[in-house]
Amino acid sequence: MSEKMNGSNTANPPKADQPVVDLISVRHLTKTYKMGDVEVHALRGITLEIRRGEFVAIMGASGSGKSTFMNIIGCLDVPTKGEYILDEVDVSKLDRDALARIRNEKIGFVFQGFNLLPRTSALENVELPMFYKNVSNKSRHDKAMEALRVVGLEERWNHMPNQLSGGQQQRVAVARALVNDPSIILADEPTGNLDSRTSVEVMEIFQQLNHQGITIVLVTHEADIAQYAKRNVVFKDGKIKRDFVVEKRRTASEQLATMPASVDEDEEVIEFEMTSEAKEQKETAR
Amino acid sequence: MNIINILKVAMRSLGRNKLRSFLTMLGIIIGVGAVIAMMAVGEGAQYSIQQQIASLGTNVLLIFPGSTNQGGIRIGLGSRTSLTPGDLEAIQTQCPSVAAATAQVRTGAQIVFGEQNWGTSVLGANPSYFTIRSWPLSLGQYFTDADVRGATKVCVLGQTVVDNLFQGGNPVGATIRIKKMPFKVVGVLEPKGQSAQGSDQDDIIIAPYTTVQKKLMGVTFLGIIMVSAVSDQAMVDAQNQITELLRVRHKIQPWEDNDFTVRSQTEIANTAQATTQVLTILLASIASISLLVGGIGIMNIMLVSVTERTREIGIRMSIGARSRDILYQFLIEAVVLSMAGGALGVLIGIVSSDIISALANWPTLVSPVSVGLAFLFAAAVGIFFGFYPARKAAILNPIDALRYE
Repeated sequence: MSEKMNGSNTANPPKADQPVVDLISVRHLTKTYKMGDVEVHALRGITLEIRRGEFVAIMGASGSGKSTFMNIIGCLDVPTKGEYILDEVDVSKLDRDALARIRNEKIGFVFQGFNLLPRTSALENVELPMFYKNVSNKSRHDKAMEALRVVGLEERWNHMPNQLSGGQQQRVAVARALVNDPSIILADEPTGNLDSRTSVEVMEIFQQLNHQGITIVLVTHEADIAQYAKRNVVFKDGKIKRDFVVEKRRTASEQLATMPASVDEDEEVIEFEMTSEAKEQKETAR
Repeated sequence: MNIINILKVAMRSLGRNKLRSFLTMLGIIIGVGAVIAMMAVGEGAQYSIQQQIASLGTNVLLIFPGSTNQGGIRIGLGSRTSLTPGDLEAIQTQCPSVAAATAQVRTGAQIVFGEQNWGTSVLGANPSYFTIRSWPLSLGQYFTDADVRGATKVCVLGQTVVDNLFQGGNPVGATIRIKKMPFKVVGVLEPKGQSAQGSDQDDIIIAPYTTVQKKLMGVTFLGIIMVSAVSDQAMVDAQNQITELLRVRHKIQPWEDNDFTVRSQTEIANTAQATTQVLTILLASIASISLLVGGIGIMNIMLVSVTERTREIGIRMSIGARSRDILYQFLIEAVVLSMAGGALGVLIGIVSSDIISALANWPTLVSPVSVGLAFLFAAAVGIFFGFYPARKAAILNPIDALRYE
């Protein structure tokens, strides 16, 4: 495979002499869990730099440590050992509240399971991060609407999550991740629960955001999804196995154009409603 | 997150489980309602005693024969026969701080008028009794000091006696029979109603004490001497003068105890009030146990709620909620529950104390203090029992919370 050839050609060769300021810089990161008496080494010394404006896909099989890594750079978890510098701040030494603040202001999360608050409208879900930043009511509303506009859902601002399709829910989640102008968006298997076309649609949004200068780190086990990123990092057994620039990068908008008969999600929903109605009619006819 | 937003979030999450929220509140509602109703019952009793103190007059002293403590043996007041008409005379003439004095001898008797008869208590007194107790007449006149000196068989009737013997007729001038002896009715007293102890003050016949002593009881001692001081300020002086005088008259040596006891009406009423205060505290503390149970109900539901919403907590933490944001969110939910329950409980308490006073004919008084106290206690219960579940939520690990299924 062509990936193997790229494997030796690392995207970011170690920069010993030049003081380039990275957005994310981790050194010798280890994470060990204790499961009873057994120690599980989830990360065994990860050293990695991510610069501003990058779009990195982190790949690996389950158990490779990619999710643990994601949790640590997302400040949801702390490393057992090692150094983690995010935006010039040594995060590995911060307490719970300071980490919460960093999650609030510098990081936007997108999860596989969307993780929207149930029975809470799209707008309120997007507003939520700003509640913890004490943004005034007016500007909170405006910013949330703006974020919904970016993901193309401003007309559905008052829909509850259960009234939205999976792709739409994920777009709300992206809007929520965006709304506090984070330094970085972390997406953990964002397309894991989506069909192929909606996956590409979500990737299109990520590519647009990245084009506007937002740094994105994406965890995925799907090779074709990783192809939308600029750089891939492959984890195996808690270590980085390969780190390379994606050569034949996919462009989601082009991909969408070539995809067969664009079935809009709205239409899908309507169609489903119609069929169920038709069913009812059939049954009553009987 | 500011307080208004936290409140909004709390209200909304409570609104989502309306039945559950209501049932949780019910514990607090019943608790607060019970505390208020019970305190209303107790304070109603206290209030009626206070009223009675006011009606008795604050300047009244009672002299009982016998001591509360004699040679280490406690003897009931009034069990001795040490007070004499001479003592009464001396108190009236020799104590400058005493305005008026009256003897009191009391016996029970069956009264007959025509075909009617009625059992009541007969009080022997001086005419000054009516002044000291400020007890006006509704008909006729009082008996006089001359009646006392001559032990005349005249009497004044309470309203209850009149109602039972005369059935609306005018008793003044009529002759009734007390222990088969004829007494002429000279006056009828205005109704005074129930005493603090619940007895009917109008169920009484008052006659000259000399008549009661000689004709009805065949004794020479006095039951109680009742005295009014010239003013409220002169009470202590009056008490000292009387004590001094009676010690001399009874030839009590300096090392001996008094063979009488001087107490003020207020003292006696205060004792009664202290008793009802104990009653109030007892009722309120029993009622507050139900408030405690309500609090445990809140804790229980909040624990369930925290477990149910673990994922929500994880989501909130991942987007920047600090531990204290989560803590406040759940704490305020618990406090809103208990305060709303407290407010409803106040209403229930007021309504039920009205019902109690209407049905049981028991005086109740809902004081603002008891309402405030019950409400604050409910809020405190919310904070106390909400804290543990809220803290449990706040110290969750963000990743574990996010992954919770």
